[in-house]
Amino acid sequence: MSGINLVESNLDPAKAIYSQVIPAGEPWIHELNTGQYFRIVDLQGNQAVDTLFYNAHDYSDRYSAQDTIQQQRNIYLTTGTKLVSANGTVLLTIVADTCGRHDTLGGACATESNMVRYAFEKRHMHACRNSFLKAVIEWDHGMTKRDITSNINFFMNVPVTPEGKLTFADGISDPGKYVEMRAETDVLVLISNCPQLNNPCNAYNPTPVQVLIWEGAEA
Amino acid sequence: MNESSVLWEETIHGGATWSHVLKRGTALRLADLQGGANAGAIFYNFECSAERYNMPDTLKAQHIGRLTKGFVLYSDMGRILCSIIEDTVGWHDPIGGTSSAKLVGAKYGPSSYQEQRNDCHKNGHDSFLIELGKWGLGPRDLVANVNFFSRVDVSPDGDMDFALQNSKAGDHLELRAEMNVLAILNTCQHPLDPNPRYEPKPVHVSIRRVAAPGLDDPCRISRPENGRGFTLTERYFL
Repeated sequence: MSGINLVESNLDPAKAIYSQVIPAGEPWIHELNTGQYFRIVDLQGNQAVDTLFYNAHDYSDRYSAQDTIQQQRNIYLTTGTKLVSANGTVLLTIVADTCGRHDTLGGACATESNMVRYAFEKRHMHACRNSFLKAVIEWDHGMTKRDITSNINFFMNVPVTPEGKLTFADGISDPGKYVEMRAETDVLVLISNCPQLNNPCNAYNPTPVQVLIWEGAEA
Repeated sequence: MNESSVLWEETIHGGATWSHVLKRGTALRLADLQGGANAGAIFYNFECSAERYNMPDTLKAQHIGRLTKGFVLYSDMGRILCSIIEDTVGWHDPIGGTSSAKLVGAKYGPSSYQEQRNDCHKNGHDSFLIELGKWGLGPRDLVANVNFFSRVDVSPDGDMDFALQNSKAGDHLELRAEMNVLAILNTCQHPLDPNPRYEPKPVHVSIRRVAAPGLDDPCRISRPENGRGFTLTERYFL
């Protein structure tokens, strides 16, 4: 598997059973049933959507960045990618993607990593890992920081160069681009719509994204 | 390295698991005895294991997709667990992950202790969980690992390619502990190693006392991010 694989979905937003706009800087946590389709829409373009997935019946069985990229031997996510756990569970399959490339290595911003990357004075700034923690505390199912692992950044472009450098390249997403996946098991989705203002991952202007869910029968 | 300063040393068999609490002010030297070794590793703050090695923070703070001398391993709390103060290899893999029972079974065929005794096949995932379990940790603590001595190249399209002959016999690196660090290691083969035979290689470990990093320490001054990382780490001990 290699390269960009642009595939449009034939699902009609009017038939979605769930639709929600997530404002910039807000978390979102929600369960998907096996067979449901889940779409994330980059409404205004170049917005990083930090996302984690868990087996809804066992949160320790969770998305693993390294297992996912190792199995497909490619660091980018696009149509056809199976999002797998360290136990080998296929959590979701990406079935449509109009952006073409999503990041697996950049992780989520944190108040602590912002201090390292930018300046100690950045500590007060809102960050994804604060959103993740707030969401799992409010979810109230025993999840803690141990459950916050290396996440996907949908709509972000983070290439590794032949010299072994990690670069944060210009976004390749635009307003209205989306990624859509099918839940292969019952899945818990945890999103932080990224509030980062210190680098171009959100084009210095974090914006809302939309999430939609369809029943499998609609596909 | 001054051999007389070695506190203790041993050889980790190929395919074995290992762990140790690296004390702040000591350094762990890992040596590839035969060439082609792989040492999978994850690191934790021994005093609070919820703080652990963070692959993305390590990569993006230093803008790297490889590890070598001058780079450091970050925790999720903006602190430096270990610094790479010596390295003859030049490229250690932070992205390739570890092997599973399914992968090892598919690559090398069936294997059991009953038939093969201690030569039976091991995999990285189970090895990490076994060694983590000895410290009261489990699957929720299993995070992205480093693969010392191995190299994975990434093409412009994102394809991952395992580099052959990356590490030679005698190659070594040294990790200076900047905190009291629980190191969880295993010497299982890299998951992308194309070798069709089960041939995990041994790794020699030795530990010595080292001086605290000075203001001119190469890892500290390698980039401004690391300077701030060292300051945050030193504040933890104040």
